Amino acid sequence: MLVTLSFYLLAFVAISSALMVVMSRNPVHSVMFLIVTFFSAAGLFLLMGAEFLALLLVMVYVGAVAVLFLFVVMMLDVDFVELKQGFLQYLPFGFVLAVILLAEMVMVGAAYFFGESEKLAIYNDEKSNLERIGEVLYTDYAFFFEAAGLVLLIALIGAVVLTLRTREGVRKQDAHTQISRTRDEAIEMVDLPSGEGVG
Amino acid sequence: MLGAIGLSHYLIVAAILFVIGVFGIFVNRKNVIVILMCVELILLAVNINFVAFSTHMGNIDGQIFALFVLTVAAAEAAVGLAILVVYFRNRGNIAVEDIDLMKG
Repeated sequence: MLVTLSFYLLAFVAISSALMVVMSRNPVHSVMFLIVTFFSAAGLFLLMGAEFLALLLVMVYVGAVAVLFLFVVMMLDVDFVELKQGFLQYLPFGFVLAVILLAEMVMVGAAYFFGESEKLAIYNDEKSNLERIGEVLYTDYAFFFEAAGLVLLIALIGAVVLTLRTREGVRKQDAHTQISRTRDEAIEMVDLPSGEGVG
Repeated sequence: MLGAIGLSHYLIVAAILFVIGVFGIFVNRKNVIVILMCVELILLAVNINFVAFSTHMGNIDGQIFALFVLTVAAAEAAVGLAILVVYFRNRGNIAVEDIDLMKG
């Protein structure tokens, strides 16, 4: 009963906030609704017994990706009202397309799965979801795990390389020139006659 | 009252989220940031499908795959937003119609 109610609540919140992501005028609001969508999807994952993925979704998406989106939206000085023009023009076409796509998906799914309404069987033995994932992830999928790490590393390097720029006239500390200074170029010996200044 | 929640319920939610993502790409075709968010929505729908089938089949491999989808989605968002920032620096705008320099 509790599961049923929370499923409908989470599904409703997820779908309505996903709609708000698409429809809202201000991209900052879109990002906020994206965060709400991810939170309720994490709740759905919990209902399905995937605790590890639920927490991962909150950490990766809400903690990293959504904040990244928020940074970019606020950093770029774009006239978002202008970008929103043509919204109503594309609306009927997009709506028709969405309805057709959804109908196709439901029809395909109905042929195979939609008769089965028995409860999703969540593992009830002594092993937790985390243990099960760990058992498989570091043995059978060890190569893929490391490949995923490589993907993240390349994305990190790529993002830095793309956004790095060298600007003129910025004073920076350069350790090499500091260390490679010699006494001859750094010190000038001046012989001053007594009673007169340097000038 | 409402019946037990089975596989089909989760599949329908995932299908609706997927379709909202596709709809968003069609409707917001001028704003790259919202398009990227819609791609994230689509990937989330795929992840829900993976986890639902993983639980339904009693097989943990689906959750492992969802983990990898999550990784690739994060990498994609980082690189996509980096490209967006560079593009904005060069052009001062992020309108999608203006990205046609390769057309010749």
